[in-house]
Amino acid sequence: MHEKLRIIIVERDRDRAHLIVDALREAGDHQITVIGEESGLARRIADIRPDLVLIDIANPSRDMLEELALASGPMERAVAMFVDRSDQGLTRAAIEAGVSAYVVDGLRPERIRPILDAAIARFHMFSRMRNELAATKAALEERKVIDRAKGLIMRAKGIGEDQAYALLRKAAMDQGKRLPDVAQAIVTAAEILG
Amino acid sequence: MTQDRLALGFIPLVDAAPLIVAEELGFAAEEGLSLNLRAAASWSMLRDMLDFGQVVAAQMLSVVPVARALALGGGTQQLEALMVLSMNGQVFGVSAEIGQALGDLPFGDPLAAGKRLAGLGRDLRIGVPFPFSMHTELLDYWLPRAAPDLRFALRTVPPPRMAEALKAGEIDGFCVGEPWGSHAVALAGARLVVSGAAIWSQAPEKVLATRAGWAEEQPDRAGRLMRAVWRAGRWAATPQNRTTLAELLARPEYLNVAPDLIDRALTGRLLVNSAGPEIEAPQFQSFDQGAASFPWRSQAAWIADRLAQRYGLRLADAHNRARATFRSDLYRLHLGPAGAALPRSSEKAEGVLNQSETVPGVTTTLILPRNRFFDGQIFDPADPL
Repeated sequence: MHEKLRIIIVERDRDRAHLIVDALREAGDHQITVIGEESGLARRIADIRPDLVLIDIANPSRDMLEELALASGPMERAVAMFVDRSDQGLTRAAIEAGVSAYVVDGLRPERIRPILDAAIARFHMFSRMRNELAATKAALEERKVIDRAKGLIMRAKGIGEDQAYALLRKAAMDQGKRLPDVAQAIVTAAEILG
Repeated sequence: MTQDRLALGFIPLVDAAPLIVAEELGFAAEEGLSLNLRAAASWSMLRDMLDFGQVVAAQMLSVVPVARALALGGGTQQLEALMVLSMNGQVFGVSAEIGQALGDLPFGDPLAAGKRLAGLGRDLRIGVPFPFSMHTELLDYWLPRAAPDLRFALRTVPPPRMAEALKAGEIDGFCVGEPWGSHAVALAGARLVVSGAAIWSQAPEKVLATRAGWAEEQPDRAGRLMRAVWRAGRWAATPQNRTTLAELLARPEYLNVAPDLIDRALTGRLLVNSAGPEIEAPQFQSFDQGAASFPWRSQAAWIADRLAQRYGLRLADAHNRARATFRSDLYRLHLGPAGAALPRSSEKAEGVLNQSETVPGVTTTLILPRNRFFDGQIFDPADPL
């Protein structure tokens, strides 16, 4: 029977941190600590002496972890960058998913793999969520611009909403442009001329 | 004309200018390239992006390709420097409290500042952007020589967090690239004490890095990219373009700070404390002056020399591995025909020039800028210490 692994997750967002913890629990019984505060990160990690640290690849504090790989005295265990020694394919998958992992020197790859697989799956989910959110936000923004343009046309020409929308759509088709782009042009022009 | 799209990585810093200018002012387009500039949040992230081919080239700390060649630090691939993007631009500063304790001290005197820092009688924690950086090398060269009694420890702090770390008392001082030193002055009341150039006036700060072998696999692309970046560096170095450059870099998608903070680095006129005078920091930063973009193999050897001593590696071996990472041969191949002045040798003794000097080059003469270490030491790669 293996000893429990000590895992640290560096993540400021509590909801995201919970989701990662849940995923890792399914991958095995480990002792998981979440660090949400970036101040004194290196020292806190050194105190906990983890086997594995997981951090978002885009977290600016990552460079602090690079330092840990070096600052090991004779009595300390080196925290090596995972990508140094282990499975390159797994590392690539992790980087592409947006998570970077630091493991203690000498930890066997077969012990890391299930944890990493779980983390990778979770980070893929995050990036899907992020993309969906961005798409929804963009759609909402476009909706708002179209509504404003419609309003402007309705006032200027004294016509109803459906007619204003039909005019807008016709202009877009005639010019071979996207509807939101034509709407934006109308809003911008109105701002300058108004 | 269809343009060849290349993904490039950068960190939001003033010295990312040659890459940003290459794309924004059409130097890349002139070479049939379109640059997809991707900002990274940390040096390790940027290195991983290079390692795993998410970008083909990146602005990189000059020390990183050398460290990799010596198997130090993280990363999986060998990297190489096709050219130097910028010289110097680092600044060392301290917290408001220590700044006050230093009393009356002129900016830019490493010996006097070292004595004064040692005289404080306390240990210092100094923030640097990355363990393998010119910032680390300059501090490690300067402080033990100028202040042998001073005990100091280096801490890695992401540059945008430097001001916050200073305020929170996590560090007592920092060595960082602009605009983050000026940012710490503005936000945390820091006091700037010494520029990197005052420690070594010709320290290569950032390089254009690729995975080893990329430029030889794709010589045409590499040539186009190097020419575009070289011309952009010359544009960025032209004084008349400074205002435009500051405005361009200040944009939200790049540095996202006020243009006047950027202007300080570009002019070398720094505000040393929030109340204080504006001073002129000589040779503060350069993108082009004096063959600045030429990757001298002696620069790589100096870096290797420092790393080898710190990490206990064999010197001669370290020098040779390091030299191979600074591709002066590719610079000659691709930028010589474009009109870059080429020195006759790819190595020089570092620290020997008390003033700028005109020397004969391959076809034209070159002006080599003043090249001095603060303590007058000379590093001759042909005859290492």
